Amino acid sequence: MWSGRQSRLKPVGCVVEELRCRRREREAALRKARREQQLISKRLLRDDVLVEAEGGCVAMILGEAEIQQFLQLAQRGTEEKERERALVSLRRGLQHPETQRTFIWLEGSMRTLVGLLTSNQALLQLEAARCLHELSHSEQSAVAEACLPATSYLLTYLSGHSSDFIELCLYTLGNLIVESEAVRRQLLPQGIVPALAACIQSPHLTVLEALGYALSQLLQAKEAPEMIVPSVLGSTLPQNILRLLQPGPKLNLGVAVEFAWCLHYIICSQVNNALLISHGGLSTLGMLLLDVAGAVQRTEDAGLELLACPVLRCLSNLLTEAAVEVMGGPNQLEDERVVVALFILLQFFLQKQPSLLPEGLWLLNNLTANSPCFCTSLLSMDLIEPLLQLLPVSNVVSVLVLTVLCNVAEKGPAYCQHLWPGPLLPCLMGTLASSDTEVVGQSLELLQLLFLYRPEAVEAFLQQSGLQVLEKHQEEAQLQERVHALQQTALHR
Amino acid sequence: MQLPPALHSRLVGAPGAAKPLPVERDPAAGTPPFHFAARRVRFPRDHEFFEDGDVQRHLYLQDVLTQVTGTPERPRVPEFTCQVAGCCQVFDTLESYEHHYHTLHRNVCSFCRRAFPSVHLLDTHILEWHDSLFQILSERQDMYQCLVEGCAEKFKTSKDRKDHLVRRHLYPADFRFDKPKKSRGPATPGATVQVSSEALGDDGEQSGGDAMEVCSEHAAPLPEAVGERWTYSHRIPSTICFGQGVSRGFKSTKKRKEHQ
Repeated sequence: MWSGRQSRLKPVGCVVEELRCRRREREAALRKARREQQLISKRLLRDDVLVEAEGGCVAMILGEAEIQQFLQLAQRGTEEKERERALVSLRRGLQHPETQRTFIWLEGSMRTLVGLLTSNQALLQLEAARCLHELSHSEQSAVAEACLPATSYLLTYLSGHSSDFIELCLYTLGNLIVESEAVRRQLLPQGIVPALAACIQSPHLTVLEALGYALSQLLQAKEAPEMIVPSVLGSTLPQNILRLLQPGPKLNLGVAVEFAWCLHYIICSQVNNALLISHGGLSTLGMLLLDVAGAVQRTEDAGLELLACPVLRCLSNLLTEAAVEVMGGPNQLEDERVVVALFILLQFFLQKQPSLLPEGLWLLNNLTANSPCFCTSLLSMDLIEPLLQLLPVSNVVSVLVLTVLCNVAEKGPAYCQHLWPGPLLPCLMGTLASSDTEVVGQSLELLQLLFLYRPEAVEAFLQQSGLQVLEKHQEEAQLQERVHALQQTALHR
Repeated sequence: MQLPPALHSRLVGAPGAAKPLPVERDPAAGTPPFHFAARRVRFPRDHEFFEDGDVQRHLYLQDVLTQVTGTPERPRVPEFTCQVAGCCQVFDTLESYEHHYHTLHRNVCSFCRRAFPSVHLLDTHILEWHDSLFQILSERQDMYQCLVEGCAEKFKTSKDRKDHLVRRHLYPADFRFDKPKKSRGPATPGATVQVSSEALGDDGEQSGGDAMEVCSEHAAPLPEAVGERWTYSHRIPSTICFGQGVSRGFKSTKKRKEHQ
């Protein structure tokens, strides 16, 4: 299902620990970057199999003279193989940041490279594009910005036919896009949105994945809600994105991941979500969720959470749109299999990626908040107990679980009848004893609803030393009023 | 987390919704000091709620780079020659042939043999260069279409169009294909393979070492307006040219050959 992007090197022994350590470091760096709103990540295509097999990047640092020599050879060499080799050597050198810096400061170098990029020699063109790709991947802004002269050509090539070449151009563009606003300010008037809209008709999965990547980088930009999302919504991209997310045998995981993230960035920008709903976004995403849950059941494939996450977010945010509020309308999500799928995913998250549990529960909240149907489904499918099993995971998760339970309880006696007797009350005794104010607060809210609609539960509460548990919090500023009210209720039964 | 066994089969069952239990709210619910109200919640893009998921996403993007990624090693095949008449380029992988074919033979003008990066540019070229009706019409109305897809602007002359491309769409002033981007020095001695020059109609008649094509109908250099942002140290083609130069001709309007 993946488009072949698997590691061919299996790490062994202590290398695993080293990798884990580096991953933790990278994770910490990404968190910091996100908080500073500097979240940038680039994709690199490298098919230099030999080099990597030797266990590392053997990028050489090239000096000015060497770079010039390679460029001249590439441009004016008499033998085609010789010219190609010169560019290959240049490309290897450009893997090194030192070489990149030297290259961009060398007068005429980019001009020559662009000339080779647009030449009539197909293989030179490809190699030149690879050099450009290396440059685009640089972490130094100046290097990426030096690639600006090439962008109009890269865009033109998107309407060509050579799929490998288009893929390369797309990844290069994606890398450049994410690097600086200056690049985006140039690409937008150059027509990147219509170019991508035309390119999305391609049947090649590799091209589509690359396109999704480039588009996701464009949509992730800080200025996207004002400058980019409107023109994307005005193009044929939304319908095509939804088409590519249709579940079925043709669904490719790598492609779906990229476009699901595109959709997430569009939706959470809150520009015109009604348009997406009118294109059937809710039902497509709902079906996709079912598909992902089905895949999780079958394979527990590593990587499915990468798709599950943006799909959950899209659904959750779309559910808050006014267009969805109309009960029984065509835009409703009413299939209870969505709830089933969500629980299967929650179980999957618990095992593989607990940090995604809050997002899953957020969707559950949005599904159940205004829906007697879904609340009834939770009860009729015996999902309360599994939900309670999530309470110990973390305080954030606890609060969300309790909120969902409140959604059910607040619908009245018919619902609370199914909540007690049962495992709910004993669990509530546990959460009431928490040291976290929010957890206790949400527990108190639930307790009020339970007492109101299921008065018989009060007796059981008292028998389980409920009053003593409540007493613990009567000095707490944020809790004391509610604690007091509940004490009164319990005592006056 | 133990899920009820029936759940898994429900997933693959028919769509449906439970008949909802009757809703009956007491006005006392959620009143002060309590405040619970069931409501859907939305999060904007930068909310910290999304932090974990975003970090995972970016780790994935980075991982794709740290692994051995990209195209699997291309299988080598016995050497073969390009089958297009007159082209004798040799290949040993299908992918390099594919790229060669698409670059040189796919969008080729059958009148002047120039190759173009896309169908769109080829069609525009044929219209503007080999269609006598176009010439007639363009004297009376704006016929030169902007090259950027999605832009509906049309212009009286190709120079006007070029100005539009440079100013409005931030195109480079020397936007072109098939020429090395060096304004000085001896011209590259054509392609090393004989056939490529044919395909691209390289007459070898370069006027000086400049990238000036024969194709421009306005051979005069771009007049430098006062306060112009760019000052040109060399002649700029007054048309934006995509392909090597060949003089315009009004051949019969044959349909262009389709290379499938």
